[in-house]
Amino acid sequence: PADTFHNLQELHHSASLATKVFIQRDYSDSTICKFQTKFPAELDSRIERSLFEETVKTLNCYYGEAEKIGGQSYLEGCLACATAYIIFLCMETRYEKILKKISMYIQEQNEKIYAPRGLLLTDPIERGMRVVSFANTWDVFLSVGTTLKELCTIYKL
Amino acid sequence: MKNHEYQQIDPQALVTPTPTPPPRPLPEHKPRRARRRWEVFPGKNRFCCDGRMIAARQSGVLPLTLGLILLTSGLFFIFDCPFLVKHLTSCIPAIGGVLFVFVIISLLQTSFTDPGILPRATPEEAADIEKQIDNPTGSSSSYRPPPRTKEVVINQQVVKLKYCFTCKIFRPPRTSHCSLCDNCVERFDHHCPWVGNCVGKRNYRFFYTFIISLSFLTAFIFGCVTTHLTLRSQGGNGLVFALQASPASALELVVCFFSVWSILGLSGFHTYLVATNLTTNEDIKGSWSGKSGNEDVGNPYSYNSIIKNCCSVLCGPMPPSLIDRRGFVPSDDSVQTSPVEIELPAAKNDINMVGRAVTSGRPLPRPPVITLQQPAISIQSHSTA
Repeated sequence: PADTFHNLQELHHSASLATKVFIQRDYSDSTICKFQTKFPAELDSRIERSLFEETVKTLNCYYGEAEKIGGQSYLEGCLACATAYIIFLCMETRYEKILKKISMYIQEQNEKIYAPRGLLLTDPIERGMRVVSFANTWDVFLSVGTTLKELCTIYKL
Repeated sequence: MKNHEYQQIDPQALVTPTPTPPPRPLPEHKPRRARRRWEVFPGKNRFCCDGRMIAARQSGVLPLTLGLILLTSGLFFIFDCPFLVKHLTSCIPAIGGVLFVFVIISLLQTSFTDPGILPRATPEEAADIEKQIDNPTGSSSSYRPPPRTKEVVINQQVVKLKYCFTCKIFRPPRTSHCSLCDNCVERFDHHCPWVGNCVGKRNYRFFYTFIISLSFLTAFIFGCVTTHLTLRSQGGNGLVFALQASPASALELVVCFFSVWSILGLSGFHTYLVATNLTTNEDIKGSWSGKSGNEDVGNPYSYNSIIKNCCSVLCGPMPPSLIDRRGFVPSDDSVQTSPVEIELPAAKNDINMVGRAVTSGRPLPRPPVITLQQPAISIQSHSTA
Protein backbone atom coordinates (compact mmCIF):
# COMPACT_ATOMS: atom_id res chain seq x y z
CA PRO A 1 0.00 0.00 0.00
CA ALA A 2 1.11 3.54 -0.77
CA ASP A 3 1.08 4.80 2.80
CA THR A 4 3.33 1.94 3.91
CA PHE A 5 5.81 2.95 1.29
CA HIS A 6 5.49 6.57 2.31
CA ASN A 7 6.22 5.76 5.96
CA LEU A 8 9.12 3.65 4.92
CA GLN A 9 10.44 6.46 2.81
CA GLU A 10 10.33 8.84 5.74
CA LEU A 11 12.04 6.39 8.04
CA HIS A 12 14.53 5.61 5.36
CA HIS A 13 15.29 9.27 4.81
CA SER A 14 16.23 9.79 8.43
CA ALA A 15 18.18 6.54 8.39
CA SER A 16 20.13 7.64 5.35
CA LEU A 17 21.55 10.45 7.44
CA ALA A 18 23.34 7.66 9.22
CA THR A 19 26.26 7.91 6.84
CA LYS A 20 29.79 8.21 8.01
CA VAL A 21 31.73 11.41 8.04
CA PHE A 22 35.25 11.14 6.72
CA ILE A 23 38.07 13.49 7.59
CA GLN A 24 40.61 13.29 4.80
CA ARG A 25 44.35 13.63 4.89
CA ASP A 26 46.05 16.98 4.67
CA TYR A 27 48.97 16.70 2.25
CA SER A 28 50.17 20.29 2.41
CA ASP A 29 53.13 19.23 4.54
CA SER A 30 54.33 16.62 2.06
CA THR A 31 53.66 12.97 2.75
CA ILE A 32 53.66 13.03 6.55
CA CYS A 33 50.50 11.78 8.18
CA LYS A 34 48.26 14.70 9.02
CA PHE A 35 44.48 15.09 8.94
CA GLN A 36 42.48 18.13 7.95
CA THR A 37 41.25 20.13 10.91
CA LYS A 38 38.43 21.77 8.97
CA PHE A 39 35.19 21.17 10.88
CA PRO A 40 32.73 19.24 8.68
CA ALA A 41 29.21 20.61 8.42
CA GLU A 42 27.59 17.22 9.11
CA LEU A 43 28.95 17.21 12.65
CA ASP A 44 27.70 20.72 13.35
CA SER A 45 24.81 19.67 15.56
CA ARG A 46 26.54 16.69 17.12
CA ILE A 47 29.73 17.93 18.66
CA GLU A 48 31.43 21.16 19.64
CA ARG A 49 33.96 22.45 17.18
CA SER A 50 36.65 22.86 19.83
CA LEU A 51 36.45 19.25 20.96
CA PHE A 52 36.65 18.00 17.41
CA GLU A 53 39.62 20.22 16.60
CA GLU A 54 41.41 19.17 19.75
CA THR A 55 41.00 15.49 18.89
CA VAL A 56 42.29 15.89 15.34
CA LYS A 57 45.16 18.14 16.42
CA THR A 58 46.23 15.66 19.10
CA LEU A 59 46.14 12.83 16.55
CA ASN A 60 48.23 14.93 14.18
CA CYS A 61 50.74 15.52 16.98
CA TYR A 62 51.03 11.82 17.69
CA TYR A 63 51.58 11.00 14.03
CA GLY A 64 54.06 13.83 13.69
CA GLU A 65 56.00 12.44 16.61
CA ALA A 66 55.95 8.95 15.12
CA GLU A 67 57.27 10.16 11.77
CA LYS A 68 59.75 12.66 13.12
CA ILE A 69 63.23 12.27 11.70
CA GLY A 70 65.53 12.98 14.58
CA GLY A 71 67.92 11.46 17.06
CA GLN A 72 65.97 8.43 18.11
CA SER A 73 64.85 7.47 14.63
CA TYR A 74 68.41 7.73 13.31
CA LEU A 75 69.61 5.50 16.10
CA GLU A 76 66.92 2.97 15.35
CA GLY A 77 67.65 3.15 11.63
CA CYS A 78 71.40 2.76 11.93
CA LEU A 79 71.13 -0.04 14.44
CA ALA A 80 68.69 -1.82 12.18
CA CYS A 81 71.00 -1.41 9.18
CA ALA A 82 73.95 -2.74 11.12
CA THR A 83 72.04 -5.86 12.08
CA ALA A 84 70.80 -6.38 8.50
CA TYR A 85 67.34 -5.30 9.69
CA ILE A 86 66.82 -8.48 11.66
CA ILE A 87 66.11 -6.27 14.61
CA PHE A 88 62.75 -5.35 13.06
CA LEU A 89 61.63 -8.93 13.56
CA CYS A 90 62.47 -8.92 17.25
CA MET A 91 61.75 -5.44 18.46
CA GLU A 92 58.74 -3.19 18.35
CA THR A 93 59.57 -0.04 16.42
CA ARG A 94 58.98 3.44 17.82
CA TYR A 95 56.22 3.97 15.28
CA GLU A 96 54.38 0.89 16.50
CA LYS A 97 54.68 2.04 20.10
CA ILE A 98 53.13 5.37 19.20
CA LEU A 99 50.37 3.65 17.24
CA LYS A 100 49.47 1.79 20.40
CA LYS A 101 49.29 5.07 22.27
CA ILE A 102 47.06 6.45 19.54
CA SER A 103 44.71 3.46 19.84
CA MET A 104 44.37 4.04 23.54
CA TYR A 105 43.82 7.74 23.04
CA ILE A 106 41.06 7.10 20.52
CA GLN A 107 39.43 4.59 22.83
CA GLU A 108 39.53 7.09 25.66
CA GLN A 109 38.10 9.84 23.47
CA ASN A 110 35.32 7.55 22.34
CA GLU A 111 34.40 6.64 25.89
CA LYS A 112 34.53 10.15 27.28
CA ILE A 113 33.45 12.42 24.50
CA TYR A 114 32.05 10.72 21.42
CA ALA A 115 29.94 7.85 22.70
CA PRO A 116 27.79 10.16 24.88
CA ARG A 117 27.09 12.16 21.72
CA GLY A 118 26.25 9.11 19.65
CA LEU A 119 29.40 9.08 17.55
CA LEU A 120 32.13 6.54 17.05
CA LEU A 121 35.62 7.50 16.01
CA THR A 122 37.55 4.88 14.03
CA ASP A 123 41.28 4.52 14.22
CA PRO A 124 42.83 5.67 10.91
CA ILE A 125 45.13 2.65 10.85
CA GLU A 126 42.07 0.53 10.09
CA ARG A 127 41.41 2.66 7.01
CA GLY A 128 44.93 2.60 5.62
CA MET A 129 45.73 5.93 7.33
CA ARG A 130 43.58 7.67 4.77
CA VAL A 131 40.71 8.96 6.85
CA VAL A 132 39.48 9.54 10.35
CA SER A 133 35.87 8.46 10.25
CA PHE A 134 33.01 9.37 12.55
CA ALA A 135 30.18 6.87 12.53
CA ASN A 136 26.72 7.68 13.77
CA THR A 137 25.80 5.14 16.41
CA TRP A 138 22.31 6.23 17.37
CA ASP A 139 20.86 6.04 13.91
CA VAL A 140 22.18 2.54 13.38
CA PHE A 141 19.42 1.02 15.44
CA LEU A 142 16.91 3.09 13.55
CA SER A 143 18.39 1.75 10.31
CA VAL A 144 18.18 -1.79 11.63
CA GLY A 145 14.52 -1.35 12.39
CA THR A 146 13.91 0.25 9.02
CA THR A 147 15.64 -2.45 7.07
CA LEU A 148 13.93 -5.27 8.95
CA LYS A 149 10.58 -3.62 8.37
CA GLU A 150 11.31 -3.23 4.68
CA LEU A 151 12.37 -6.84 4.40
CA CYS A 152 9.21 -8.01 6.12
CA THR A 153 7.21 -6.02 3.62
CA ILE A 154 9.09 -7.42 0.67
CA TYR A 155 8.95 -10.99 1.75
CA LYS A 156 5.47 -10.66 3.23
CA LEU A 157 6.45 -12.12 6.57
CA MET B 1 29.93 -23.35 1.86
CA LYS B 2 26.78 -21.26 2.43
CA ASN B 3 24.69 -22.33 5.34
CA HIS B 4 21.09 -21.39 4.92
CA GLU B 5 20.26 -21.46 8.59
CA TYR B 6 20.03 -18.99 11.39
CA GLN B 7 23.40 -18.99 13.02
CA GLN B 8 25.29 -17.11 15.60
CA ILE B 9 28.66 -15.58 14.96
CA ASP B 10 31.14 -16.57 17.60
CA PRO B 11 32.28 -13.26 19.15
CA GLN B 12 35.76 -14.67 19.50
CA ALA B 13 36.05 -14.70 15.74
CA LEU B 14 35.58 -10.94 15.64
CA VAL B 15 39.11 -9.92 16.36
CA THR B 16 39.85 -6.25 15.90
CA PRO B 17 42.76 -5.92 13.53
CA THR B 18 45.87 -4.51 15.20
CA PRO B 19 48.74 -2.73 13.51
CA THR B 20 51.45 -4.44 15.56
CA PRO B 21 53.07 -7.65 14.41
CA PRO B 22 50.88 -10.60 15.37
CA PRO B 23 52.00 -12.13 18.66
CA ARG B 24 50.83 -15.68 18.03
CA PRO B 25 48.06 -17.39 16.07
CA LEU B 26 44.68 -17.05 17.75
CA PRO B 27 43.02 -20.25 18.95
CA GLU B 28 40.24 -21.23 16.60
CA HIS B 29 37.36 -22.90 18.33
CA LYS B 30 34.64 -22.05 15.85
CA PRO B 31 32.76 -24.96 14.35
CA ARG B 32 33.79 -23.61 10.90
CA ARG B 33 37.31 -22.30 10.33
CA ALA B 34 37.41 -18.49 10.34
CA ARG B 35 39.22 -17.06 7.40
CA ARG B 36 42.06 -14.63 7.78
CA ARG B 37 42.12 -11.39 5.85
CA TRP B 38 44.98 -12.45 3.63
CA GLU B 39 42.79 -15.16 2.15
CA VAL B 40 40.36 -12.53 0.84
CA PHE B 41 42.96 -9.95 -0.14
CA PRO B 42 41.97 -8.39 -3.47
CA GLY B 43 45.43 -7.70 -4.87
CA LYS B 44 47.59 -10.11 -6.88
CA ASN B 45 49.80 -11.21 -4.04
CA ARG B 46 51.00 -14.42 -2.62
CA PHE B 47 51.10 -15.07 1.12
CA CYS B 48 53.25 -17.49 3.06
CA CYS B 49 53.32 -18.69 6.66
CA ASP B 50 49.64 -17.95 7.20
CA GLY B 51 49.94 -14.33 6.17
CA ARG B 52 53.19 -13.47 7.87
CA MET B 53 55.01 -13.00 4.59
CA ILE B 54 53.84 -11.32 1.41
CA ALA B 55 55.20 -11.41 -2.10
CA ALA B 56 53.94 -10.63 -5.58
CA ARG B 57 52.04 -13.38 -7.33
CA GLN B 58 54.57 -13.54 -10.12
CA SER B 59 57.79 -14.36 -8.36
CA GLY B 60 59.61 -13.14 -11.43
CA VAL B 61 63.17 -14.30 -11.51
CA LEU B 62 63.67 -14.41 -7.74
CA PRO B 63 64.65 -18.10 -7.86
CA LEU B 64 67.25 -17.22 -10.50
CA THR B 65 68.60 -14.35 -8.41
CA LEU B 66 68.84 -16.53 -5.32
CA GLY B 67 70.30 -19.39 -7.30
CA LEU B 68 73.02 -17.31 -8.90
CA ILE B 69 74.02 -15.72 -5.63
CA LEU B 70 74.08 -19.03 -3.77
CA LEU B 71 75.93 -20.81 -6.55
CA THR B 72 78.60 -18.19 -7.04
CA SER B 73 79.14 -17.67 -3.32
CA GLY B 74 79.14 -21.39 -2.68
CA LEU B 75 81.76 -22.02 -5.33
CA PHE B 76 83.79 -19.16 -3.92
CA PHE B 77 83.79 -20.53 -0.40
CA ILE B 78 84.49 -24.09 -1.47
CA PHE B 79 87.13 -23.62 -4.14
CA ASP B 80 88.77 -20.25 -3.76
CA CYS B 81 88.81 -19.63 -0.06
CA PRO B 82 91.04 -22.57 0.96
CA PHE B 83 93.74 -21.46 -1.44
CA LEU B 84 93.49 -17.82 -0.44
CA VAL B 85 93.46 -18.59 3.28
CA LYS B 86 96.63 -20.58 2.84
CA HIS B 87 98.39 -17.97 0.74
CA LEU B 88 96.98 -14.72 1.97
CA THR B 89 94.84 -14.23 5.02
CA SER B 90 91.88 -15.85 6.72
CA CYS B 91 90.02 -12.56 6.74
CA ILE B 92 88.86 -13.31 3.24
CA PRO B 93 86.18 -15.87 4.03
CA ALA B 94 85.17 -13.78 7.04
CA ILE B 95 84.53 -10.67 4.94
CA GLY B 96 82.92 -12.77 2.27
CA GLY B 97 80.70 -14.42 4.85
CA VAL B 98 79.48 -11.15 6.29
CA LEU B 99 78.72 -9.74 2.84
CA PHE B 100 76.96 -12.94 1.84
CA VAL B 101 74.76 -12.88 4.95
CA PHE B 102 73.84 -9.23 4.34
CA VAL B 103 72.96 -9.95 0.72
CA ILE B 104 70.74 -12.93 1.45
CA ILE B 105 68.94 -11.35 4.38
CA SER B 106 68.26 -8.08 2.60
CA LEU B 107 67.12 -9.93 -0.51
CA LEU B 108 64.64 -12.01 1.46
CA GLN B 109 63.40 -8.96 3.32
CA THR B 110 62.91 -7.03 0.09
CA SER B 111 60.98 -9.89 -1.43
CA PHE B 112 58.79 -10.76 1.51
CA THR B 113 58.00 -7.41 3.08
CA ASP B 114 54.88 -5.44 2.34
CA PRO B 115 56.22 -2.58 0.18
CA GLY B 116 53.62 -0.12 1.45
CA ILE B 117 50.44 -1.42 -0.08
CA LEU B 118 47.41 0.78 0.50
CA PRO B 119 44.27 -1.15 1.34
CA ARG B 120 41.33 -0.56 -0.98
CA ALA B 121 38.65 1.86 0.08
CA THR B 122 35.74 0.53 2.09
CA PRO B 123 32.37 0.94 0.37
CA GLU B 124 31.46 3.94 2.54
CA GLU B 125 34.68 5.72 1.75
CA ALA B 126 34.26 5.07 -1.96
CA ALA B 127 30.71 6.42 -1.83
CA ASP B 128 31.86 9.49 0.09
CA ILE B 129 34.56 10.22 -2.48
CA GLU B 130 32.11 9.72 -5.35
CA LYS B 131 29.82 12.25 -3.75
CA GLN B 132 32.68 14.74 -3.48
CA ILE B 133 33.63 14.23 -7.10
CA ASP B 134 30.12 14.51 -8.48
CA ASN B 135 29.05 17.58 -6.53
CA PRO B 136 31.61 20.19 -7.54
CA THR B 137 31.46 19.42 -11.22
CA GLY B 138 27.74 20.17 -11.24
CA SER B 139 26.90 20.19 -14.92
CA SER B 140 25.59 16.85 -16.07
CA SER B 141 25.25 17.80 -19.70
CA SER B 142 28.72 16.80 -20.79
CA TYR B 143 29.40 13.16 -21.56
CA ARG B 144 32.93 13.28 -20.32
CA PRO B 145 33.32 11.74 -16.86
CA PRO B 146 34.27 14.28 -14.23
CA PRO B 147 38.05 14.74 -14.02
CA ARG B 148 39.32 12.43 -11.37
CA THR B 149 42.15 14.54 -10.09
CA LYS B 150 42.62 16.66 -7.03
CA GLU B 151 45.26 19.33 -6.60
CA VAL B 152 47.31 19.83 -3.50
CA VAL B 153 49.99 22.37 -2.72
CA ILE B 154 53.11 20.85 -1.24
CA ASN B 155 56.03 23.11 -0.44
CA GLN B 156 54.66 25.83 -2.71
CA GLN B 157 54.25 23.42 -5.58
CA VAL B 158 51.08 22.15 -7.13
CA VAL B 159 50.89 18.37 -7.10
CA LYS B 160 48.07 16.51 -8.83
CA LEU B 161 46.54 13.56 -7.01
CA LYS B 162 44.96 11.03 -9.30
CA TYR B 163 41.96 8.86 -8.56
CA CYS B 164 42.61 5.13 -8.69
CA PHE B 165 39.68 3.31 -10.27
CA THR B 166 40.74 -0.05 -8.95
CA CYS B 167 41.32 0.92 -5.35
CA LYS B 168 38.69 3.67 -5.36
CA ILE B 169 40.85 6.20 -3.60
CA PHE B 170 42.65 9.38 -4.44
CA ARG B 171 46.25 8.31 -4.45
CA PRO B 172 48.37 10.10 -1.85
CA PRO B 173 51.42 11.94 -3.24
CA ARG B 174 54.13 9.62 -4.57
CA THR B 175 51.78 6.66 -4.62
CA SER B 176 51.38 4.64 -7.77
CA HIS B 177 49.33 1.65 -8.81
CA CYS B 178 51.35 -1.40 -9.77
CA SER B 179 49.59 -3.29 -12.53
CA LEU B 180 51.52 -6.48 -11.87
CA CYS B 181 50.48 -6.66 -8.24
CA ASP B 182 47.20 -4.79 -8.72
CA ASN B 183 47.82 -2.64 -5.65
CA CYS B 184 48.48 0.99 -4.92
CA VAL B 185 51.90 1.24 -3.31
CA GLU B 186 53.12 4.20 -1.31
CA ARG B 187 56.26 5.94 -2.52
CA PHE B 188 56.27 3.51 -5.43
CA ASP B 189 59.75 3.06 -6.84
CA HIS B 190 59.42 0.20 -9.31
CA HIS B 191 58.37 -3.41 -9.55
CA CYS B 192 61.55 -5.44 -9.46
CA PRO B 193 61.34 -8.84 -11.18
CA TRP B 194 64.70 -9.86 -9.72
CA VAL B 195 63.29 -9.74 -6.21
CA GLY B 196 59.77 -10.66 -7.23
CA ASN B 197 58.08 -7.76 -5.43
CA CYS B 198 57.35 -4.05 -5.70
CA VAL B 199 59.85 -1.68 -4.15
CA GLY B 200 58.07 1.01 -2.18
CA LYS B 201 58.16 2.99 1.02
CA ARG B 202 58.56 0.10 3.43
CA ASN B 203 61.11 -2.01 1.67
CA TYR B 204 63.18 0.55 -0.19
CA ARG B 205 65.90 0.51 2.49
CA PHE B 206 66.09 -3.30 2.26
CA PHE B 207 66.37 -3.04 -1.51
CA TYR B 208 69.11 -0.43 -1.27
CA THR B 209 71.02 -2.50 1.27
CA PHE B 210 70.64 -5.48 -1.04
CA ILE B 211 72.10 -3.80 -4.12
CA ILE B 212 74.91 -2.10 -2.21
CA SER B 213 75.96 -5.27 -0.43
CA LEU B 214 75.58 -7.24 -3.64
CA SER B 215 77.87 -4.77 -5.42
CA PHE B 216 80.46 -5.22 -2.70
CA LEU B 217 80.05 -8.99 -2.72
CA THR B 218 80.33 -9.24 -6.50
CA ALA B 219 83.33 -6.94 -6.62
CA PHE B 220 84.92 -8.79 -3.70
CA ILE B 221 84.47 -12.21 -5.28
CA PHE B 222 85.70 -10.89 -8.60
CA GLY B 223 88.78 -9.46 -6.94
CA CYS B 224 89.50 -12.56 -4.93
CA VAL B 225 89.07 -14.92 -7.87
CA THR B 226 91.37 -12.77 -9.99
CA THR B 227 93.96 -12.81 -7.20
CA HIS B 228 93.55 -16.57 -6.86
CA LEU B 229 94.10 -17.21 -10.56
CA THR B 230 96.99 -14.77 -10.67
CA LEU B 231 98.71 -16.49 -7.76
CA ARG B 232 98.15 -19.90 -9.28
CA SER B 233 99.47 -18.89 -12.68
CA GLN B 234 102.67 -17.49 -11.22
CA GLY B 235 105.91 -19.40 -11.34
CA GLY B 236 105.71 -20.02 -15.05
CA ASN B 237 102.53 -22.07 -14.89
CA GLY B 238 100.37 -19.88 -17.06
CA LEU B 239 96.71 -18.96 -16.93
CA VAL B 240 95.48 -22.10 -18.66
CA PHE B 241 97.02 -24.28 -15.97
CA ALA B 242 95.44 -22.12 -13.29
CA LEU B 243 92.03 -22.46 -14.90
CA GLN B 244 92.43 -26.18 -15.23
CA ALA B 245 93.38 -26.46 -11.59
CA SER B 246 90.36 -24.48 -10.49
CA PRO B 247 87.57 -24.60 -13.10
CA ALA B 248 84.96 -23.24 -10.66
CA SER B 249 86.84 -19.98 -10.61
CA ALA B 250 86.23 -19.58 -14.32
CA LEU B 251 82.49 -19.83 -13.81
CA GLU B 252 82.61 -17.34 -10.95
CA LEU B 253 84.66 -14.99 -13.04
CA VAL B 254 82.16 -15.04 -15.86
CA VAL B 255 79.14 -14.51 -13.60
CA CYS B 256 80.80 -11.72 -11.66
CA PHE B 257 82.19 -9.99 -14.69
CA PHE B 258 78.83 -9.74 -16.38
CA SER B 259 76.86 -8.77 -13.29
CA VAL B 260 79.22 -6.35 -11.57
CA TRP B 261 78.75 -3.58 -14.13
CA SER B 262 74.96 -3.61 -14.05
CA ILE B 263 74.83 -3.94 -10.27
CA LEU B 264 77.35 -1.16 -9.77
CA GLY B 265 75.41 0.97 -12.21
CA LEU B 266 72.17 0.29 -10.39
CA SER B 267 73.77 1.09 -7.02
CA GLY B 268 75.10 4.35 -8.37
CA PHE B 269 71.71 5.26 -9.80
CA HIS B 270 69.88 4.50 -6.58
CA THR B 271 72.48 6.39 -4.53
CA TYR B 272 71.67 9.40 -6.70
CA LEU B 273 67.95 8.83 -6.12
CA VAL B 274 68.44 8.57 -2.37
CA ALA B 275 70.55 11.72 -2.27
CA THR B 276 67.92 13.70 -4.14
CA ASN B 277 64.91 11.99 -2.50
CA LEU B 278 63.47 10.82 -5.81
CA THR B 279 61.87 7.58 -6.83
CA THR B 280 62.63 5.64 -10.00
CA ASN B 281 59.05 6.25 -11.07
CA GLU B 282 59.40 10.03 -10.73
CA ASP B 283 62.79 10.04 -12.39
CA ILE B 284 61.58 8.07 -15.40
CA LYS B 285 58.47 10.18 -15.81
CA GLY B 286 60.47 13.36 -15.33
CA SER B 287 57.93 14.67 -12.84
CA TRP B 288 60.28 17.22 -11.34
CA SER B 289 62.81 17.82 -14.07
CA GLY B 290 60.73 20.43 -15.82
CA LYS B 291 60.10 18.45 -18.97
CA SER B 292 56.74 20.11 -19.32
CA GLY B 293 58.53 23.40 -19.74
CA ASN B 294 57.53 24.72 -16.34
CA GLU B 295 60.53 26.48 -14.91
CA ASP B 296 59.39 26.40 -11.32
CA VAL B 297 59.32 22.64 -11.04
CA GLY B 298 61.59 21.09 -8.49
CA ASN B 299 61.23 18.13 -6.18
CA PRO B 300 58.93 19.28 -3.37
CA TYR B 301 59.86 16.33 -1.18
CA SER B 302 63.59 16.98 -1.15
CA TYR B 303 65.12 18.54 1.94
CA ASN B 304 67.73 20.18 -0.28
CA SER B 305 70.51 18.58 1.72
CA ILE B 306 72.11 15.31 0.64
CA ILE B 307 72.66 14.11 4.18
CA LYS B 308 69.13 14.88 5.27
CA ASN B 309 67.70 13.19 2.20
CA CYS B 310 69.78 10.06 2.77
CA CYS B 311 68.88 9.96 6.43
CA SER B 312 65.18 10.39 5.84
CA VAL B 313 65.03 7.71 3.15
CA LEU B 314 67.30 5.13 4.77
CA CYS B 315 67.22 5.86 8.47
CA GLY B 316 63.74 7.22 8.82
CA PRO B 317 61.14 5.55 11.04
CA MET B 318 59.79 2.28 9.72
CA PRO B 319 56.11 2.78 8.88
CA PRO B 320 53.73 -0.03 9.79
CA SER B 321 52.03 -2.28 7.29
CA LEU B 322 48.62 -0.88 6.43
CA ILE B 323 47.10 -4.10 5.23
CA ASP B 324 45.94 -6.40 7.94
CA ARG B 325 46.94 -9.86 6.85
CA ARG B 326 46.38 -11.98 9.89
CA GLY B 327 43.17 -10.55 11.29
CA PHE B 328 40.03 -12.61 10.87
CA VAL B 329 37.37 -11.86 8.30
CA PRO B 330 34.28 -11.09 10.41
CA SER B 331 31.75 -13.14 8.46
CA ASP B 332 31.56 -15.12 5.25
CA ASP B 333 30.10 -12.47 3.01
CA SER B 334 31.44 -9.17 4.20
CA VAL B 335 34.86 -7.77 3.52
CA GLN B 336 36.64 -5.25 5.76
CA THR B 337 33.67 -3.95 7.66
CA SER B 338 33.99 -1.83 10.77
CA PRO B 339 32.19 -2.69 13.98
CA VAL B 340 29.00 -0.67 13.83
CA GLU B 341 27.46 -0.66 10.39
CA ILE B 342 25.03 -2.38 8.12
CA GLU B 343 26.16 -3.81 4.85
CA LEU B 344 24.31 -5.37 1.96
CA PRO B 345 27.08 -7.16 0.10
CA ALA B 346 24.80 -8.83 -2.41
CA ALA B 347 23.42 -5.45 -3.44
CA LYS B 348 25.59 -2.47 -4.16
CA ASN B 349 26.78 -2.00 -0.57
CA ASP B 350 24.62 1.01 -0.04
CA ILE B 351 21.60 1.07 2.18
CA ASN B 352 19.93 3.37 -0.36
CA MET B 353 19.67 0.40 -2.68
CA VAL B 354 17.03 -1.17 -0.47
CA GLY B 355 15.16 2.12 -0.29
CA ARG B 356 15.15 2.60 -4.05
CA ALA B 357 14.08 -0.93 -4.79
CA VAL B 358 11.26 -0.67 -2.28
CA THR B 359 9.94 2.64 -3.53
CA SER B 360 9.99 1.54 -7.13
CA GLY B 361 8.07 -1.59 -6.25
CA ARG B 362 10.54 -3.95 -7.83
CA PRO B 363 11.78 -6.96 -5.88
CA LEU B 364 15.39 -6.93 -4.84
CA PRO B 365 17.73 -8.61 -7.30
CA ARG B 366 19.12 -11.09 -4.79
CA PRO B 367 18.34 -11.98 -1.22
CA PRO B 368 20.35 -9.56 0.87
CA VAL B 369 22.46 -10.57 3.83
CA ILE B 370 22.41 -8.32 6.82
CA THR B 371 25.24 -8.70 9.20
CA LEU B 372 25.08 -6.94 12.52
CA GLN B 373 28.34 -7.21 14.27
CA GLN B 374 27.80 -5.72 17.66
CA PRO B 375 24.71 -7.71 18.45
CA ALA B 376 25.92 -11.10 17.21
CA ILE B 377 23.17 -12.18 14.87
CA SER B 378 23.43 -13.19 11.26
CA ILE B 379 20.26 -13.35 9.26
CA GLN B 380 20.22 -14.93 5.87
CA SER B 381 17.00 -14.83 3.95
CA HIS B 382 15.92 -17.70 1.82
CA SER B 383 15.05 -16.99 -1.78
CA THR B 384 11.38 -16.29 -2.30
CA ALA B 385 9.50 -19.39 -3.20
